[in-house]
Amino acid sequence: MKVVLQNVTKKFPNRNKRIKEEVIAVNKFNVEIPDGKLIGLLGPSGCGKSTALNLLSGLLKPTEGRIFFGEDDVTNLPAENRGVGLVFQNYALYPHLTVLQNIMFPLQNFKGDKKLTKEVMKEKAYEAAKLVQIDTLMDRKPSELSGGQQQRVAIARALVKMPRILLLDEPLSNLDARLRLQTREEIRRIQRETKITTIFVTHDQEEAMSISDLIIVMKDGSIHQIGAPQEVYDNPVDGFVAKFLGTPPINMFRGRVEAGKLWIGDEAVLSVTGAPEGPVAAGIRPEGFVLDEKGPLSCKLAEIEVMGRDVTVVSTHEESENVEIRSIISAENKVDLAAEKVRFSLKPNKVLLFDVTTDARIYFNAN
Amino acid sequence: MENNNKKGWLYLIPAILFLGVFMVYPLIDVLIYSVEEGFNFASGESFGVGFYNYSYVLHDTYFLQAVKNTFILVLITVPVSTGLALLISAGLASITKLKELFQTVYFLPYVTNTLAVGLVFMILFKKTPYSDGMINVLIQAFGGSTVDFLDGTYAAKMFVLCAYTVWVVLPFKVLILTSALASVKQDYYNAAKVDGTSKARIFFRITLPMISPTVFYLVITGFIGAFKAYSDAVALFGTDLNAAGMNTMVGYIYDMLYGDSGGYPSFASAAAIVLFSIILTITCINLLVSKKHVHY
Amino acid sequence: MEKKPTYKTIEQRAKVRNALGKTVIYTLLAVWAVIVLFPFYWMVLTSVKSYGAYNSEYIPKFFTLSPTMQNYIDAFTEVPLAKYFFNTVVFTVATTALMLLVIVFAAFAFARLQFRGKDLVFTLFLALMMVPNELVVITNFVTITNMDLRNTFLGLILPSVTSVFYIYLLKENFAQVPDELYYAAKVDATSDLKYLFKVLLPICKPTVVTIVILKVIECWNSYVWPRLITDDKNYFLVSNGIQEIRENGFGRENIPAMMAAVVVISLPLIILFLVFRKKIMAGVSRGGTKG
Repeated sequence: MKVVLQNVTKKFPNRNKRIKEEVIAVNKFNVEIPDGKLIGLLGPSGCGKSTALNLLSGLLKPTEGRIFFGEDDVTNLPAENRGVGLVFQNYALYPHLTVLQNIMFPLQNFKGDKKLTKEVMKEKAYEAAKLVQIDTLMDRKPSELSGGQQQRVAIARALVKMPRILLLDEPLSNLDARLRLQTREEIRRIQRETKITTIFVTHDQEEAMSISDLIIVMKDGSIHQIGAPQEVYDNPVDGFVAKFLGTPPINMFRGRVEAGKLWIGDEAVLSVTGAPEGPVAAGIRPEGFVLDEKGPLSCKLAEIEVMGRDVTVVSTHEESENVEIRSIISAENKVDLAAEKVRFSLKPNKVLLFDVTTDARIYFNAN
Repeated sequence: MENNNKKGWLYLIPAILFLGVFMVYPLIDVLIYSVEEGFNFASGESFGVGFYNYSYVLHDTYFLQAVKNTFILVLITVPVSTGLALLISAGLASITKLKELFQTVYFLPYVTNTLAVGLVFMILFKKTPYSDGMINVLIQAFGGSTVDFLDGTYAAKMFVLCAYTVWVVLPFKVLILTSALASVKQDYYNAAKVDGTSKARIFFRITLPMISPTVFYLVITGFIGAFKAYSDAVALFGTDLNAAGMNTMVGYIYDMLYGDSGGYPSFASAAAIVLFSIILTITCINLLVSKKHVHY
Repeated sequence: MEKKPTYKTIEQRAKVRNALGKTVIYTLLAVWAVIVLFPFYWMVLTSVKSYGAYNSEYIPKFFTLSPTMQNYIDAFTEVPLAKYFFNTVVFTVATTALMLLVIVFAAFAFARLQFRGKDLVFTLFLALMMVPNELVVITNFVTITNMDLRNTFLGLILPSVTSVFYIYLLKENFAQVPDELYYAAKVDATSDLKYLFKVLLPICKPTVVTIVILKVIECWNSYVWPRLITDDKNYFLVSNGIQEIRENGFGRENIPAMMAAVVVISLPLIILFLVFRKKIMAGVSRGGTKG
């Protein structure tokens, strides 16, 4: 099912009743989500991504704009008639019902000619349970399950009625690190198998990058960028997106453009033809550094973290906005720990420039 | 998340309806009754508005007797029952073996019918031509002389009423105090013990201040409850409490309303309002005092 | 020269003092237990003494060697005890069931639904908690009389089918159930009523059980209102029945038969208490008042 949001805006009255001005949780969303894809809605906490999800589910109604599922305008359709599957952050399983009863619950609400017999309901529940591999736990109560198992039950309950779209709110945040890796693969697999358009909300960029077909990066109620994960990583539209994606994060420097060169401190580190003169925020991805004795950028060496395949060189620089600069280089390079300084040359495609005031990307030609 | 105005009110209709008819309206009505002079129950007419009803009630010897009885009952049973409850729950808190059994036994009177058990108390205290009654047998066994508790002197009757009231109200107080005592953190006791504090000092300087909000809560509810005493007296002395001289204020209200001397809702209303002015005043005084003394 | 106490003597003294203290505490607790239990013992004992035996004991005996069931037979045959009993059961069941319905809907509205004026109404409800029953009973008596409902079950039941306190108690409990469950149900096209009865109430069962138990106790022991509203013996509840038995009872002062009746009407609640002991005590400490 294709999902389209046109100019969707949601405003809330201010919590502080004395302030008249409304809080804009979602600001003029214009998105077209293609059918059958897995979409990650990504942003820092409080950016309005849960509100966006609730607008899709129908639990909230937009203040302005329209929402389409396929060709249907569902803007004013209440949640109960939208046919979406929703998996809550804390799963929201009914504590007094067994796993089977929980999964069957949505089916029991079918009315009229859609009504199912008990046998069919049970069959469908088992199908859904098999898909998430919990069909052996059907008689347990939620309190007798581990977090991961509860999560699967929640997904099965959302899937059993064959929703038009599947929504997941922070699906991995309540799981421990190992389970998180496993579960995100699982979500990917289930989505591939069911081909249901799936939108999940997360604040963890790694999670979003690793399994999404498409990520939507948002901040303060607005969409900053939409695109395939790699594309967004390589080509962020602004400083916020660049800083939000990637671990370790991008290294930001206070720099300036003078005579077609990018200057950091009193070193000209890269030629940046086409960039306007003046101060810029220069971001260098950790993998953009190359150890080079004759390289233009010199940093104070602080520490070396050996990771096996790679080595992280931790250094500092006066013009760095981060406390320390993290650069990842191949372990084949030998770094002399005793040396005070370390010199780098830079990979031009890993250096990103941003406007100091607007935060917008400044494009340049490296040659 | 979204408003559903109509539905909300729909769900509230039954509650609002019942509360309106049987609580809000009567509350207003009782005030009106109390100032309608010469109200005739049969015709539903009255002469006019004034304070005659109050004046009548306040000059009625039965009412004054009821006020006296009620005050004596309150002043005796509230301190006695609260003190006893403190003693018992402190005792309960200091033991582990048989604790649950004792708790269960102590709570038993709460679930019994006041009228029914009152009857048992009556026969325990009653002196008849055939028997002096159980309690008198005990008194004699300890070398005292028999007392006619139920038809004898005022003091004897009051004693029985107070004893029964204490017996009835104690379960609730013991239960509440026991759970209050259990919620005092063991750390405080351990700290005090390490400092070599004596048990009495621990009780008065640590335990009591810690549970003082609960104690005051019990005192206030105790006052209110005792002011409303009625069925205990009926159980012991029968429905004609005026004849026994043991009527309570609530009893007076009901007698005015219904029964042999009934049919005067105006007098009943005036008496009810007098009663609740007294309760309100005393509760307010209690609250003021407790503000000063409760350490939280 | 005074002997300095060694640790051993200190230890021993502490032990003795401790044991002494424990004995005193246990004795006092036991004495109170006897005081509490004695009336119950006396009522059972008297109820199995024969009329003749009881009246011939100038000094009452603490036991009987020839227990009889005759008093129980008398209690059921000579006075309409079974009728009182039945009335009380009807009254208790009907009042409790109706009240549950009313308070569940009200609590659901307050806890779950958003509507204009909710906070104001809720505050007014809470204010009503302070209104004592004695103040409104006068008008209610007149109302029920005018509605011609004296000596009917309806008249007995209607004024006590709402309790602001229980609405409050249940609302607090409902509010503790995570919002997500409601939204999950909504997304799955569950109606509010189905959510209330299939999800909310089962989850809040402990509170509902507490409320039911407290209400049953209250109903079983209610005396004042039934006394005002019924003078036809056919509608007497046990409390009024026992008072009636006492005043016009068995034709003569048949105390053993009276005690048999007292045992019969006390037993249901005592059994209820012994079965649900923990629940009742927890419930009362959360929400009961008496005395």
